[in-house]
Amino acid sequence: MFDNLSLLGLVPMLNLQLLLDGLLIGSVFALAAYGLALVWGVMNIKNLAQGDFVIMGGYITFTLSQPPINLHPILSIPIIFVLMFVFGWGLYHTIIKRVIERDLFTSLLATFGLAIVIQQLINLAYGPDVQTADAGMEIREFFGGEITIADTKLVSFLLALVVGLLITFFMKKSRMGRAIRATSQDARAARIMGVDTDRVYAFTFSLNAAICGVAGVLISIIWVIQPFFGITHSIRSFVIVTSAGFGNLIGVILSALGLGAVEQFSGFIFGAEFQQATVVGLLVGVLIIRQIMQSRQRQVVQ
Amino acid sequence: MNLQFKKIIFYAAILLAGIFAPIVFPAYTFQLAVLWMMILFALTWDILGGQMGYNSLGNILFFGAGMYICTVVQIGMYYDVAEYTAHFGAVKIDFTPYQYFTGISAGLVIAAFACAIIAVIFGWIVFGLRGPYFAIGTLGVAIAAGELVGAWDYVGGGGGISLPNYPGGPGDREMFFYMLCFISAVCTFIFLKWLYSTRFQLALNAIRDDEEKAEAMGIHTNRYKTIAWSFAAFFLGISGGIFGNMTGFIEPLEVAFPTVTFGIFMVLMVLLGGKGTLWGPVIGAIIFHVIKEITWTYLLGWQWVALGALIIINVVYFQQGIMGWAQEKWPEFFGITVDEAIASAEENSPAEKEASL
Repeated sequence: MFDNLSLLGLVPMLNLQLLLDGLLIGSVFALAAYGLALVWGVMNIKNLAQGDFVIMGGYITFTLSQPPINLHPILSIPIIFVLMFVFGWGLYHTIIKRVIERDLFTSLLATFGLAIVIQQLINLAYGPDVQTADAGMEIREFFGGEITIADTKLVSFLLALVVGLLITFFMKKSRMGRAIRATSQDARAARIMGVDTDRVYAFTFSLNAAICGVAGVLISIIWVIQPFFGITHSIRSFVIVTSAGFGNLIGVILSALGLGAVEQFSGFIFGAEFQQATVVGLLVGVLIIRQIMQSRQRQVVQ
Repeated sequence: MNLQFKKIIFYAAILLAGIFAPIVFPAYTFQLAVLWMMILFALTWDILGGQMGYNSLGNILFFGAGMYICTVVQIGMYYDVAEYTAHFGAVKIDFTPYQYFTGISAGLVIAAFACAIIAVIFGWIVFGLRGPYFAIGTLGVAIAAGELVGAWDYVGGGGGISLPNYPGGPGDREMFFYMLCFISAVCTFIFLKWLYSTRFQLALNAIRDDEEKAEAMGIHTNRYKTIAWSFAAFFLGISGGIFGNMTGFIEPLEVAFPTVTFGIFMVLMVLLGGKGTLWGPVIGAIIFHVIKEITWTYLLGWQWVALGALIIINVVYFQQGIMGWAQEKWPEFFGITVDEAIASAEENSPAEKEASL
């Protein structure tokens, strides 16, 4: 561990490399986290199956990229978007609809059950092996090979950016986007103004599933997917949203990029097997800091 | 035959059934022991989840901590722990009966009290969190604990520890651990039955109903929350120590800190039985354990899918649980009486009712 630390001091380029990798992966985390912020903020649903939606999107991509279809992973993004949207719509009308009005813990536990079902079904279908969808791209070298950036990571960064911009544009300009924002501000007032909040909820949840599906495509290209990796992705989304707050897109992006970088550095210093411990440790840390900040606020109120 | 007498017969029948069950069904001794442990899990989870309204997903932390503390004490009393764990149990050291039984009793006692202290320390960290943040925070603490113990070589790291062999025949061993599980579950039940008859339960219920108001009424909410959690931790620590010895081998992720199995089972059992009641967790644990064993036997491979589906159905459609449902159906049996005058007055003035909501 100390060897790795001193190595970072000796080779400054390595820091840059880790930082770049972290930022490029963090952009994909931002997508799933934005989806969580959306359903949390609008519907007050704490979706613990978030990471499993991501993994599910990844596995659909993987299936499409295999024979007999042989579809290029990047081309499968629109298909995944539509498929996951339909999946989210179905899920909303069977399960989520019934937990919206209930207490906070209900949605958490119901989506946790959902997460178990999804990960186990994937496990039964594909087995517990690690998979990846090959996009067949090259690795670029800079500074005489000291810094390498895989083209897949650059492309996925750009794609995440495009998807993020499209969603922002949609939320700002479209009629449905305005309805979603109105519902998140005050659902009752929105209902009085003639917004069909039930439809807004269904759309929001489906949109979240679709965004997670796209994040899954990108994850399957640049990283690996495995049936049980979903929980780590869920915890990542929770860390990001808890530290950024909802409705704060810039905050979500910044903390996602930060999380990506921190994970890369801790993976290099402590070893890859501590990846999950790092994410969970960050979660606990963020919650403690949040609590300290709140207790300060509370004293002001009193 | 008055009600008091009926109650005594009822409890005596349960105790006798508990003692004679492994003798009548010797093939199921292990399963029955796990059943008593599940009852203990559900009862301790309900102290916070049901009575106090704090839904913890990380109570399994104390189960694992108790398991490790008990093991380390048991071994450390007579041997060097680091040397023992370094062999991953390849070198089996035989403990004499005296060493074994003094070790396990000291281990269980120390594990129980140490877990209560751990609960106080972690309570200080997590009890400022409310609602879903508390659930996620405790889940995070439990997962992190498993990962950290896995990296700690002194207690065997990810490779785990083999526990000392029981000095005696296999039949004796099963019966011994069955009795430990049975006694610990019964003690937990008796303790909680007493606890729920004191002011303490009223304070916990006040916290559940409205924490700010409870605080305004002069209840030291933080003190009550921490004490309630350390009660749960005390009994979970004991059950962890027993379970570690019963399986004979412990390792951090699957046995000691199984967040997604036992950690979720305890929540599910309480929800199934009905939270906030004394008997709900017991009934829920029995039904859940039977369902689990059946699905594990006949739906092999699909058991987890069935479990996830059970969670969803339970939470979405049947959240009041069996006891909650029974209370709605036969309120007079539970001593809940509806005041006719108030009820009819409320019916006659719906506007007032609306306003009070």
